Amino acid sequence: MPKAEVLFEDIGVTVKVPAGTRLIEISERVGAGITYGCREGECGTCLTRIVKGQEHLARPSVLEDKVLKEQMAGPHERLACQAQVLGGTIVVRP
Amino acid sequence: MISPASAIPDGEAVELAPGVHWVGAFDPSLRRFDLILSTANGTSYNAYAVRGSEGVVVVDTVKSEFADVFFARLETICDYSEIRAIVLNHLEPDHSGALPELLRRAPQAEVLLSTRAQSMLKAVTKADGVEYSYRPVATGDTLSLGDRTLRFISTPFLHWPDTQCTYLEELSVLFSGDVFGCHFCDQRLFNDRVGDFRYAFEYYYRHIMRPFRSHVIEALDLLEPLELALIAPAHGPVLRDGPRDYVDRYRTLAQPTLQAETCAGEKTLLIFYLSAYGNTERMAQAVYAGAEGVEGCRVSLFDLEGSEPSLFVDLIEEADGFVIGSPTINGDAVKPAWDLLSSLTLVKLRGKLGGAFGSYGWSGEAVQMLEDRLRGLKLVVPRHGPKVKLIPTEEELDECRAFGRALAEHLTGVANQARVVDFADLIRP
Ligand SMILES: Cc1cc2nc3c(=O)[nH]c(=O)nc-3n(C[C@H](O)[C@H](O)[C@H](O)COP(=O)(O)O)c2cc1C
Ligand code: FES
Ligand SMILES: [Fe+2]
Ligand SMILES: [Fe+2]
Repeated sequence: MPKAEVLFEDIGVTVKVPAGTRLIEISERVGAGITYGCREGECGTCLTRIVKGQEHLARPSVLEDKVLKEQMAGPHERLACQAQVLGGTIVVRP
Repeated sequence: MISPASAIPDGEAVELAPGVHWVGAFDPSLRRFDLILSTANGTSYNAYAVRGSEGVVVVDTVKSEFADVFFARLETICDYSEIRAIVLNHLEPDHSGALPELLRRAPQAEVLLSTRAQSMLKAVTKADGVEYSYRPVATGDTLSLGDRTLRFISTPFLHWPDTQCTYLEELSVLFSGDVFGCHFCDQRLFNDRVGDFRYAFEYYYRHIMRPFRSHVIEALDLLEPLELALIAPAHGPVLRDGPRDYVDRYRTLAQPTLQAETCAGEKTLLIFYLSAYGNTERMAQAVYAGAEGVEGCRVSLFDLEGSEPSLFVDLIEEADGFVIGSPTINGDAVKPAWDLLSSLTLVKLRGKLGGAFGSYGWSGEAVQMLEDRLRGLKLVVPRHGPKVKLIPTEEELDECRAFGRALAEHLTGVANQARVVDFADLIRP
């Protein structure tokens, strides 16, 4: 299975993960500072900055796009409960 | 109900400033609001209308049961065809309740609301089967009524994600929504005429605004520079006498409740526990000892049995992290632990560090249940806490010490040294 590497800047930990994993699942297991509410891409609580490797995340769904817009998210922000890693190296700042 | 001489008769609007009218409703018999607030003398739903040379704007509506009073007042000052826009500062039903009917009567009116309110508008009107058109506005956007200008100021989370304030520039009137409001029903309307509503103002702040303290501070930064002749909130007295005092009071209330005692850069960790036979207590002491040894972390230990949760709320608000130890009793953590956690809705927990531990007899559900709840409350739970079957051994107490140390190091940043781990090696949260 293809692997990706995700670095959480707040705790300095890099996690090797199988493709398809969502950022929130990784973050909560490793204890990084991403918090969540609905886990369904609706409330925007898990909005997270992607410092590097945005292209290695699956593109946002229509729902995520809508919520990102409503939250006035910047171009490098994603919902951690939605964003799935595809491969490569991704750096996030919770 | 006492009806003072200066009470406003039903069916009359009250002029607050030239062309600015109060068209709200009184609800004197309400005794509980939103399930969580007591309202000793009821509340009011304040709605307003602003007339400019190019039309009328309605700011907020009322709870649906009070729509008739609202429309009767509104009709005394304008014709529905004159309404150009409806500004919704907040979509909660106590303010949006009469919106569908208002739109039926004034279909030409444009609905203006904050960006975050868009999906809420759909949700509060979806049962009507009608799609309303609306325009999202953000801080700095304005609406001109000819000789009158309304400026929008986004104040998210005061009280819902959608909340905004609207400022009437020419007259320095702030339509503040729930902000600066309170549940206090007095038909004399103005703050210099009504009874003593200070407790209601403080109570409202504590229950509605305090959980969003950082948002309150951001909002105050936007509101304080405004010139203020009058604050027109969505509940309670209209603040025409000394409006600035209420803004200042919010600034004071948004300060930390406890005086800062830690040195700059020092982190604070609180350890709470409950213990019937002393097993969880011994674990708590070991967690405490482990954390205590970490430089830069101030650690405190409390037996929940010896206090009541409300006393710890202020302390937790100021702490960087807290841990709860509970034995498993009848397949669950014990009630004081849950009582503590459910008293915390008044404060911001997001991003604080959390943890749980406890002794058990055969199934030991408590620790996992507490950890799940802590995550649900938006704490970061970086470590699985120790579970010990019945009486802890010296090795098991070592594990507790290591757990305490790890949490303290997580807080002080010592633990955060670059390392690489495999997802498969991380245990399920
Ligand atoms: C004081 C208050 C706080 C609320 N907080 C939240 C919240 O944090 N998250 C959420 O999804 N909804 C929140 N809501 C929205 C309610 O869940 C929503 O209004 C719901 O429809 C109420 O259901 P009910 O009619 O059964 O009371 C809150 C509502 C109130 C009144
Ligand atoms: S947790 Fe609600 S959007 Fe991700
Ligand atoms: Fe509200
Ligand atoms: Fe309200």
